[in-house]
Amino acid sequence: MQTYFIELSYLLASIFFILGLKGLSHPESAKRGMHLAEFGMLMAIIGTLMHHEIVTYTWILAGLAIGSVVGLAMGLWVPMTAMPQRTALSHAFGAFAAALVGISEFYKHGGHVEPIIMSALGFEVMLGALTTTGSLLAFAKLQGLVRGTPMTYRGQNVFNMALLAVTVGIFIYLIVVPGSMPLFFTMVGLAFIFGLLLVMPIGSADMPVVMSLLNSYAGLASAATGFVLSNKVLIIAGTLDGFSGFILSILMCRAMNRSMTNVLFGAFGSAATAAAGGEQEGSMREVGLDDIATQLAYANKVVFVPGYGLATAQAQHAVRELADVLEKRGVTVKYGIHPVAGRMPGHMNVLLAEANVPYSALYELEQINPEFPTTDVAVVIGANDVVNPDARDNPTSPIAGMPILEVDRSKSVVVLKRGQGKGFSGLENPLFFKPVTGMLYGDAKDTLTRLVQAVQHA
Amino acid sequence: MSHETLISALYVFALAAFLGYQVISRVPPLLHTPLMSATNAISGISLVGSIVTAGAHYNTVSTILGFIAVVCSTTNVVGGFVITDRMLKMFKRKELVKKE
Repeated sequence: MQTYFIELSYLLASIFFILGLKGLSHPESAKRGMHLAEFGMLMAIIGTLMHHEIVTYTWILAGLAIGSVVGLAMGLWVPMTAMPQRTALSHAFGAFAAALVGISEFYKHGGHVEPIIMSALGFEVMLGALTTTGSLLAFAKLQGLVRGTPMTYRGQNVFNMALLAVTVGIFIYLIVVPGSMPLFFTMVGLAFIFGLLLVMPIGSADMPVVMSLLNSYAGLASAATGFVLSNKVLIIAGTLDGFSGFILSILMCRAMNRSMTNVLFGAFGSAATAAAGGEQEGSMREVGLDDIATQLAYANKVVFVPGYGLATAQAQHAVRELADVLEKRGVTVKYGIHPVAGRMPGHMNVLLAEANVPYSALYELEQINPEFPTTDVAVVIGANDVVNPDARDNPTSPIAGMPILEVDRSKSVVVLKRGQGKGFSGLENPLFFKPVTGMLYGDAKDTLTRLVQAVQHA
Repeated sequence: MSHETLISALYVFALAAFLGYQVISRVPPLLHTPLMSATNAISGISLVGSIVTAGAHYNTVSTILGFIAVVCSTTNVVGGFVITDRMLKMFKRKELVKKE
């Protein structure tokens, strides 16, 4: 009876999870979908509390209470600009939990685990361990605790591969010859180290791919836990998460026209790739704030193109204010969002939504590109590589073939930039040297706020 | 683990993978960040495994590991859902934005 109740609660949870994700196909149905998923989670937890093996509730309740407080605090107070960091941290938590459950399961059996379960358990702890440290390093990079540039050394890929080979070797040995505690913990330790090594050579600009991949690994670790405990809701939820991350990482790679291997092992944005950019002819043209304000005020159509700089300057509200003033004057305002703008998939959309920009004004790359020739002013805010015309025009460029937002086709381009330095990829951007482009240096938020006032007086 | 259990687990895995592909490829780029935090919260279902590990008294080590795992996954579940809700509330249609 009890078993049926538990299994039924898991079945319901699985159905509600799927319905919840299905709801995410549209912003209108998304909220309801999430409530279904939340209800499903509650069902699964209540069901689990009835489990016959549970003898004491002290630690469970304490854990639930602490986790809820921490989770609630994080959920309510993390600013939207810090969303990539928070997501990286939660990947680490999820993966760490999976790894711990695996280790405890191994320990419980004194290391004597039958081969089939050991295979799943090995995947669980290895994926869990490497995702934990990998995500923590990604968090540190995103939070600015360590430098965002790729960390490389000679023979890095060879060393990483060798380490991975040793780890997998131990794993296979443990399946065939079960029982060695020291070897098991060596494997876990190596997986923890491998996670760090995997993320070390990856630069900030490639973070959207890494975030998606870590998301995928965390999910697959959960799915493997499901195999170990023969728990179907774990398999389903973990697989959904794993696939979601996998699909996202493929989409991100496609949006940069790079292969997964290149992103993971190419150390993009290091000194070696930057040198390939070459020097630019001509000079950048700095323009006055009032000129731009006049241009904007008398334009028919303005397209804003945000990048990570928008997030660092926290300028999302200022952009919205500028858009409001322009719309009052009858200017059509749209936003062009590149899939890899920012540090995680959909980063820019969330920031602009936070600033009350209606989602109907947010356009994807394919939708907005045909509109640039009829755009009077394209305003690039803290974006660089995603508008670099070299990706389209220069086949020798390291980013050749990457789909870009073709702002250089608009009648006029304004680039809001902190300084004259290069972007995260270290590449020179010919857009900044085109005659059609004017540069406005300074903090994006400050510049935009001053533009609002200037447009009002224009 | 019996062979039937393994096979049925593999079935579940394969079908969930197909379903996941179908459902998730329909999510527009607009909602990719909420998607990530939602799947994250959902995969916090490993809480279910953590709860049993923490509550069943196998041995002290297991209980401690289980307890830490419960804290980690609860943080993920609660934090993930709260933040997803918070994000989704911000996505508004044009008419609704104008009214405010």
